[in-house]
Amino acid sequence: MTTLIWLLPLPPLLAFFAITLFTNKNRALSHGIAVGAAGLSWLGSMIVFIRALGIEEFGKHFFESALNWLPVGEAWFQVGVRIDPLSAVTLFFVAWTVLMIFIYSIGYHNYGQPKGDDDHAGLPPHGKTVTEHGHKHTVPSIEPMYSRFFAFIGLFAFGMFTLVVSNNLLTMFVGWEIMGLCSYLLIGFWYGKPSARNAAVKAFMTTRVGDVFMLLGIAYLYSATGSLSFTDIFRPEVLEALAAASTPILGLSAAGLIGLLLFIGTVGKSAQWPLHIWLPDAMEGPTPVSAMIHAATMVSAGVYAAIRMFPLLSLDSGTMTIVAFIGAFTAIFAASIAVAQNDIKRVLAYSTISQLGFMIAALGIHAYVAAAFHLITHSFFKALLFLGSGSVIHGMEHGVMHTGEHSVDPQDMFNMGGLRKKMPITFWTFLIGGFALSGFPVLTAGFWSKDEILADAFAHGHWGVFLTLAVAAFFTAFYTMRQITLTFLGQPRTKAAEHAQETTWTMTLPLIILAVFAVSFGWVGIPEHFPLLGNILPNWFHEFVGGTLVEIPEVPAFSWIPLATSLFVALGGLLLGWLVYRKVKTPAQDRLQIPVLKNKWYFDEAYDLLFVKPSIWIAEKFTSLYMDRTIIDGILHSAARFSLSLGHFFRDRIDKPVINELLGDGTGNAVKTSGSGLRKIQTGRIQYYMVVSMVVLIVFAVLYFFLFS
Amino acid sequence: MSVPLSWYLFLAAALFCIGLYGVLARKNAIAMLLAVELMLNAVNINLVAFWRYLRPVQMSGQVFAVIVIAVAAAEVAVGLALIISVFRRRKTVMADEIDLMKW
Repeated sequence: MTTLIWLLPLPPLLAFFAITLFTNKNRALSHGIAVGAAGLSWLGSMIVFIRALGIEEFGKHFFESALNWLPVGEAWFQVGVRIDPLSAVTLFFVAWTVLMIFIYSIGYHNYGQPKGDDDHAGLPPHGKTVTEHGHKHTVPSIEPMYSRFFAFIGLFAFGMFTLVVSNNLLTMFVGWEIMGLCSYLLIGFWYGKPSARNAAVKAFMTTRVGDVFMLLGIAYLYSATGSLSFTDIFRPEVLEALAAASTPILGLSAAGLIGLLLFIGTVGKSAQWPLHIWLPDAMEGPTPVSAMIHAATMVSAGVYAAIRMFPLLSLDSGTMTIVAFIGAFTAIFAASIAVAQNDIKRVLAYSTISQLGFMIAALGIHAYVAAAFHLITHSFFKALLFLGSGSVIHGMEHGVMHTGEHSVDPQDMFNMGGLRKKMPITFWTFLIGGFALSGFPVLTAGFWSKDEILADAFAHGHWGVFLTLAVAAFFTAFYTMRQITLTFLGQPRTKAAEHAQETTWTMTLPLIILAVFAVSFGWVGIPEHFPLLGNILPNWFHEFVGGTLVEIPEVPAFSWIPLATSLFVALGGLLLGWLVYRKVKTPAQDRLQIPVLKNKWYFDEAYDLLFVKPSIWIAEKFTSLYMDRTIIDGILHSAARFSLSLGHFFRDRIDKPVINELLGDGTGNAVKTSGSGLRKIQTGRIQYYMVVSMVVLIVFAVLYFFLFS
Repeated sequence: MSVPLSWYLFLAAALFCIGLYGVLARKNAIAMLLAVELMLNAVNINLVAFWRYLRPVQMSGQVFAVIVIAVAAAEVAVGLALIISVFRRRKTVMADEIDLMKW
């Protein structure tokens, strides 16, 4: 069994290499390999999941296997895999959503003419003009970097699976970072667009802030416990020691500080306030698919990590308060922004941030199971919604190309309307997803998970969290209905919307499958004390996932107040949304287009002013001008000048006068002058020579005679 | 032994000086060669005279003189050959006209 778990992340990685290295020229082969790999991982995950279901008290007898990896001093650092109830259910939804994304991507990108009129790698396809029945019109064309996309999502799936099956924080962090990289690559997939480039950098930099803190937390944890394996860390004696140890920072216990650092990683990855700014911009990626990867799958990793570290986080009440606060604040804060957004994907992006806030808030009030439950139901219906929005955009793009009105933004909801009749499958699945997101009572999964969070908050007396989340849930239902009303109901607002077209089966099939889960997955977690329904189905989810912890948390006692609240906010929000927006034709009629909400509470501007501008200022004025040009360049220049003057000195004072003139030319000149002087005695007359030699002989003889004898 | 050694030496010196004068003063190469022969023979007189008066027992003086005569003969042969060769090319044996190597 553990061998299979080890192998789970492998197929997408192999697919990534196979596509990158060999099949990148062949579209069909590339997506075949990618989908096949996702299918293999899916199959393996399902086998693991079903086997896990069959084990009694799986929380105590989970699958684990570890190998020695790095020698650290005397011992070995071990890495391995672990599937316990929490990771089993995570694996379940990851495998499903990943497979659905892969299939959907084929439909999304492999649609239309093979090559557009002026398509370039790095830009979205522009479509191709074809002549049909005697008149010209534009039809969609296939993404120019088709294979590249599948390679990236393959690597992405590898990261996600690695993260889920890891039994230790280090390999989990590795998977986490691989997803960070893929997120960067996919957001910047159309690198020809400046906005996509900026969004990619923004996402990468923002999540990096969280990741650095998380790495610090991991390092601290390792130095404190000597292990990063979950099994070791979550042993009661280790946890007690961590809770008892104090740190110099803010008076937190070691457990509190580590938990806080790890939680900051989650804040970055799951786009919680104040690091939420990257996620809406991540919608720059290829329309639905990467958006959904970023919003429905990858961000879940952050929450998963937080839930995973719950035993550690829950040790310190201060940390838990911070967690609950950030979650609840993010939930209502992002929901308030989503109300005023017009881009269909941005609404979903902010709703994702808001829903992730729900989970984090649930975790902060010790509602462990509720957080995990909402994580999974949310992944299903948010995946559904994102893929649905992609389908809508695809249909709209078709309309835009057909009518040739290129000024119409296919993502602006105020350009849509009446798509219900044009795109029935998309409409019904989107409706299911939207109702699940709003928490439409009883039927949808979102109701059960959200209700559980509210019930938990109520039962344990977390009034602030309860009220905040209730208001946020009301907003959620409201903007969801606003979105559905603007997009699908009423009459088409533009010609493009009139010519929208239902998408291919590869896109609608994933929608239908995800819609099934968006409805049915809630039924596995119906509280036992729920009126009427509580006894029909067992609260399997609570028993199963709760078993991950040492003590299975208690199901909060049933109370009518949270139930009534969640019924009221869901139905009230939906109704209000429909009432307000069914008549709205233009953005001008929308009274909620308040600048402060429209501009996302000016967080981008504030961060720009607080961080980006100062960084640029420091980079330009201090680092570049002062440090680099003045000091570094100054040192270099003066070194150069010194060398130059030294060189001049050697040349002017040593080389030229001494070597050249004195030794070089001097020798030559001396030879020359002596030669020209001496040649005068070279008369060519032999008698003259003989006289000279005789004179010399006599002179020497005389000298010899007088000196030596 | 009535003739003293010094007389021979004077004779040799005179002969040497005549030869030296001939070498330095004459321009004709053959005449110079003849003058050189005089100088060599002056040396020979010296050698033989010293041998006879100072070391009559040893034969080295005689041997030296014979060697000088032999060398002189060889020298004359080479010198005359050179002069003939020069004459063939330049039609002259005057030393100051043979100035090909002069600067």
